[in-house]
Formats: sequence, C-alpha cells, structure tokens
Amino acid sequence: MTNLFNYIERQSPIHRLTGASKLVCLLTWSLAAMSGFHTPLLAVLTVVSLILFKVSKIKLKDIRFMLGFTMVFMLLNNLLIFLFSPEHGVSIYGSRTVLFHIAGPYVVTAEQLFYHLNVALKYTCTIPIVLLFVCTTNPSEFAASLNRIGVSYRISYAVALSLRYIPDIQREYADISQAQQARGIELSKKASLISRLKNVSGILIPLILSSMERIDTISNAMELRGFGKSPKRTWYSGRPFSKGDWIAMTLCIGLLIFSFILTIVNGGRYFNPFI
Amino acid sequence: MENNTVISFEDFGFQYTAQAEPTLYHINLNIQKGEKVLIAGPSGCGKSTIAHCINGLIPNRYPGKATGKLTIGGKNALELGLFGLSKIVGTVLQDADGQFIGLTVAEDIAFALENDNIPNDEMHEHVKTVAKLVDVEQVLHHAPHEISGGQKQRVSLAGVMVNQVDVLLFDEPLANLDPATGKQAIELIDRIQKRTGCAVIIIEHRIEDVLHRNVDRVVLMGDGRILYDGSADRMLCSDLLQKSGIREPLYVTALKYAGVPLTPEMHPASLHALSLSDGQKQQVRDWFDHQPTPDKTAELPVLFQAKGVDFTYPGGHHALKGIDVTIRKGEMLSIVGTNGAGKSTFSKAVCGFVRPQQGTMTLNGTDLATLSIKERADHIGYVMQNPNQMISKTQIFDEVALGLRNRGIPEEEVRQRVEDTLKICGLYSFRNWPVSALSYGQKKRVTIASILVLQPEMILLDEPTAGQDFRHYTEIMDFLHHLNKQGVTVVLITHDMHLMLEYTPRAVVFHDGRVIADQSAAQVLNDPQIVEQAHLKETSLYHLSMTCGIPAPEEFTRRFIARDQEVRRVDQSI
Repeated sequence: MTNLFNYIERQSPIHRLTGASKLVCLLTWSLAAMSGFHTPLLAVLTVVSLILFKVSKIKLKDIRFMLGFTMVFMLLNNLLIFLFSPEHGVSIYGSRTVLFHIAGPYVVTAEQLFYHLNVALKYTCTIPIVLLFVCTTNPSEFAASLNRIGVSYRISYAVALSLRYIPDIQREYADISQAQQARGIELSKKASLISRLKNVSGILIPLILSSMERIDTISNAMELRGFGKSPKRTWYSGRPFSKGDWIAMTLCIGLLIFSFILTIVNGGRYFNPFI
Repeated sequence: MENNTVISFEDFGFQYTAQAEPTLYHINLNIQKGEKVLIAGPSGCGKSTIAHCINGLIPNRYPGKATGKLTIGGKNALELGLFGLSKIVGTVLQDADGQFIGLTVAEDIAFALENDNIPNDEMHEHVKTVAKLVDVEQVLHHAPHEISGGQKQRVSLAGVMVNQVDVLLFDEPLANLDPATGKQAIELIDRIQKRTGCAVIIIEHRIEDVLHRNVDRVVLMGDGRILYDGSADRMLCSDLLQKSGIREPLYVTALKYAGVPLTPEMHPASLHALSLSDGQKQQVRDWFDHQPTPDKTAELPVLFQAKGVDFTYPGGHHALKGIDVTIRKGEMLSIVGTNGAGKSTFSKAVCGFVRPQQGTMTLNGTDLATLSIKERADHIGYVMQNPNQMISKTQIFDEVALGLRNRGIPEEEVRQRVEDTLKICGLYSFRNWPVSALSYGQKKRVTIASILVLQPEMILLDEPTAGQDFRHYTEIMDFLHHLNKQGVTVVLITHDMHLMLEYTPRAVVFHDGRVIADQSAAQVLNDPQIVEQAHLKETSLYHLSMTCGIPAPEEFTRRFIARDQEVRRVDQSI
C-alpha cells in the first residue's frame, strides 16, 4: 500500500536537518517558484532541486508512484490549458509566431509553447522539493517541528496522530470495501458515476463509525497518560537547530526575497524572450 | 497493615448519568500494596466500571453519581482527577492497537514523560531502561504495524510503567492475543509485579488463562455486586463460576464430571500444584473408560477445493505457498494459525479479494477464477470480525436486504427472503428496529443474516467470537452450529482454542503460508510441535490425562467435550 507520508530512512545531510527548518524551506521555496514565471530562475531551481535530490540519497524507485502521479497531473494541466486557451501565450507575450495549424481554432504558436514550458518548469522545480520533504522528514519529528514554529502542541499532536492512523484507515477502507463489494456494491466502472458515489457511502458509514470507536479509545489512552495536563510538553523526537538548519533557512528566505526583487526589476511576473 | 492499602472502596456505588439503574452497588474492596488481584465476571457485571473508577475515567470522562467512598493512595479518588491518578495507577487497556499513540515504540513509551516536560536526554535514558524491563528494546524504532500484538501490549505496559505507578491495572489483557502470547503476557505480568512490587489488578473472564500464574485473590462480580472475594482455590471448589456464566478451567470441570470432590487443599487453582490422590486419579480413569466414544462423522461430498494456491503480495510478501485444502458439504471447520500465517490471505483469495498467481480453487467443480467478487459472493459469504465494519444501513431490514437489492431482485421476493432469514437468525421480532438499538452480539447476527440472505453454500467468518464473554460466545456459536445443522458449510478463522475444540470437528492449521496440519481439533491441540508453531497452547486436559495416567489425551479431550456439550445443552433447555 502506498503511504501518503512516505518517510524513507537514509543517512544524508538533508535527513539531518530538523523537520522545522525543512518546513520553512519548503514553504519559502514553493512561494518563490510559484509567484513568478521567470524562466531562467525556474530552470536554475529545477537543476538545484535535482541536485538536492541526489544529495538526499532518495532513489527514483522509492518515489515512483508519487512522481508518476504528479507527472500525469502536469500533463493533464498542460493539455487543459491548451484546450481551453490555445492563445494564452500570445496574450501574455504580446506577439504571435505561428508554427503550424492543427484544426479549427487550435494553432501552435512559439509563445504558447514557451508558456507551457514555464508551467512544466514550475512543476519540475517544486515537485522534487515537496517529495524531498515528504521522504526525508520523520513524521514524528514533524509534529515536534510544528510545535516549535509556534503551532500549539495539541494541534501538532493531532497532525502526528492522523499520520499514525492513515495506514490503519487505508487498510480498513480496503477491508470494508471488499466486504461490501461481495454484497454486490459495484465500485468499478461498470456502474455510473452517481451510483458509484452513492455506493461509496456504503463504505464510508462503517468506516466513520469504526473510526469513532478508535478515537474514543485513543483519547482515553492519551488522557490516562497525562496528555494536556500542562501548557507545554517536550518531544522525544525533537532536536535542537544545528548550523546546517540556520544555513538552509537563510538560503531559502534569501531565495524568496531574490524572486520578489527579480519580479520588480523585470517589471512583471513573466520573462519575455520574444521582445 | 492499614497504611498498606492502596485502593479502598467503602460501600461504594455508581450510576452512569445516561442510565436508569446503578451499575455498582455497595462495593467493599481493599487492595494492598504488592497484591495481585483478579477481578472476574461476565459482560455487564460492572467489572469495567470498577476499573474506570480506579483509573479515573469515572467520573472525569464518564460522568455519573457516586455514593460511598473510594480512596486511592490515601486520597479521595473522585477529587484526584485523571492526571493525579495517572501518577498512582497505570492502565493497560484492552485494545493494544488502539492505545498505541506514538508513531514508534520509543515515542509511545515516552508519551507520559513528554507530557511531564521531562528533558529530552533524560527521557531517552528512561525509555531505554523501561523497554529493557519488558523486553522491547530491540524494536524501539519500529512502527506499530511492524510489531506483533504481544509486543504492542508490552509497549503499553512500558508506557505506563515510566510513571513509576503503585498500581498496574490490566483491562482484559488476553482479549486480543493468541493463546501462546496470552500465556507469555501472564508470565510477564507476574515477573513485573515481582520486580516492581506494584499492586496488580487484572480484569478478565478467562479464568484458566490468568491462573497460569498465581494470584493472591479473586474477586467475582455479578450484577454490580461482589459475589466472592477470596482465594482462587476456594472459589473453584464452589459452583459460583458456573452460576455466573463464566467458564471454569477445563480440568476443574473434568474433575467435577468425574465426580472427584474438590477441596482447597488440593490447590485446584494451579494445574501444576494440583494434587490428586491415587484414588482420585482412578476415579478420572474410570470416568474416561465409561464415557462413550463420540461418533466419527461420515465422509461428505466435496464442496470446495484449493490446489497449490500460491500468492505473493505486490510488495513481495509471499503469503501463500502452495495451499491444498478440501472442504466438504455441511462441514464446520476452523482455520487457525498466528497473525501473518496466511489464514486471512487465504480467506481473501477464496472470496476473490486477492487473485492467486498459481493454483486452482473450485466450488462444486466450477473454477472460481472465472467468477467476480460479486458472483463468488452468491456461493461464499464472508463475515468480518467487527460487525460495525459491515453495517451501513440504519434499519435492520434494509441492512439485511442490501445484498439482494444490489442484485436487482424484485422487492416482493426481497421482503420474503429477508423475513425468512430474520426468522432463522432469531431477529424477526426486531425487523423494524434501528441497528443502533442492538447489542454487539445481535449486530453480529445481523451481519450474518445479511450474508445468509444471499443463500451461500459456505460462509466464512473471521474471529466470530473475539472479545465476547462466555455467555455471548455460547450464544453466537450455538447459532452457527444451528445453521450448520441446516446444511450451511461454516468455516471459522480463529485463535480461540475452546471454539475449535467444542464446535469444529476439524482444524486446518496455517503456518508461514503453508498448511502444517489438517486433522481433528483435539489432535491438533495435543500435538506439542503444532501447538508451538501455531502459537496455540496445550489444553489443561492434556496435562490432566497425563497426570491420571491416561495415555490417550486426544480421546480424553474428545470424550470430555462430548460430555460437556451434553451437560450444557441440558442446562440451556432448563
């Protein structure tokens, strides 16, 4: 079963960073990448993110599923942009260089292709970083990090607990859905979308009920062991910031500031090679 | 002596806010430092309520009205609060999985320390020490799904021991463990108690298993009152357990059938300390000789056959390694084995939830590979362990009708078939009730009914009696037995040795993806090697027959079971 949070234990400088600093880096990096369409910057970030990936010792096969999923999403995104707005690049870059004509209103222009390249680059420079965060951050440390950057420990622990229970609930969902299918609930493509949605409720209701039981047990167990008795708590998996953490955070915040400056200097969010 | 009392109930009573009647009446009970007490009783007798009073869930999470006095550690327990009590009483809950809070073993053990703001390095040291004590230091960085049920329980124990409590409270510690692991758990509890000097309270209805190690006192409860408070030896000499609907140790029942009068001096509470005179042993032998041999069942036609079934999960786990199993029409059999032995994967393969890479399975000669999940369900019904995982409708009638309606059967026929099934299942009078008004056992029946209504030739039940006390166990099993007599083939996946002995003439034992035994349940349980591999436990009848010089323990077991069923049937008809 594929896990949402797929921590992979390896020895690398990236693994050694604390969860809190990685979270700060992830947020600033994504913001820097998402805010503009400055092609050279995106290209550099893509290269850097691939290098970081190499450094983290995470193998391609470890993340095959998630990578495949996001790639499909990227293609879909590009395809839809083209279908609905084949002249989008033209309106952004202000020129129209026709390469060839497909059919009807669908004309391939250099500007449109360049725009698609930018969209793709946005994916390629952020996805590796997101996957990197997911694969190198120990989920339990993640809760401690959230608490550290100021989130209340109750909320942080709730996040950690949901991570703890995701695999259990996935397993339970699979079990329940199998038993319901045996009773004739059709979840495959043979049924119409609406009846499939209706049928999913036949699985969700037992799933919710049994999750309620779980919640009751766990909250009893937590209170019996003193959860919530004082306004602060310590974390078994918490670690102090090291030099590396400070460096990483400084670099990423610097990157964010740089991307803002670039936008201002450039006079807009788009890098235009067509002028 | 007086200041050695850690827990003291004085004329204590309790009534939950949501209930019309009190759950506890006039409880007087003292527990001393370092004492080991077993609190037993059937479901609903109030034993869990007593546990909740001791650990503070009452009144802090389950409000209600208390009368009388409850003193814990010299203070009024009702005013101590959950956190105050958590420093005195450590509770190990029944559901070892549900109470696993941390993402890893170490974090779970550290949980109480984290809440106490213990500095990080001190915490690591402390966790290591306690983990060693309960023997989980090898798995400190494992996630909960990577360790066994027994280990999870050890982790829970460690998690409350870090608080250096005076009282350890175990709420049904055996409920979710296989017999061999349960035996180890009882041994561990004993060791920990001796080492730490804690008072230990065990809430359980599996008397024989708890008595594997000595307890100082047994408190027997019924209907919210204490029926007995004294030595286990003296209790077993009376008929209190039978009257309360709790199972006696099998060897004690066997001695009673043989007409051996029990006295506390014989030490009936411990199988190993039990002393029988030569005359008494002769009595048991005579009883054995006079007991008729139960009939062997006739060969029936084949219903289901698996040949060389082999299955590997996508992750690479080789779960089934060439399984051959034949099931005959009208049989009732159990499939046993440890967690991970392959028994659930096998049942998934039979139902079509997973598709074996090799081998064939046939039902009445039809190759199952040609049928979809839904089509197989017309012939083979599957009942999950927890009824709450199956029920998706609010009305009993709709729940049972679900499978038929999904198959597009005309509403008139649906009504007829659902009503017929409800009658068979003893649920007809409830047909217009909401499901939520039913007890756990009744819900279980509803799920069985919802499968039976499809008229399968065979039903497969996963742990049908898990977590049930003796009365509910008997109720569910008698019902299944009754269905079996009407021609439904019943396959049970179970850990419960009593269940396999009493209800299923045949047991198929899985181990490491293979079938290692396929013979009578009595034979399986009297074969030390299989017992060990499958994490079962030899029955006490085996030891008793050996002690009495009966060289055929299997036959002794079989005759005992036959006699026992006779007696219980008479009991019920009264």
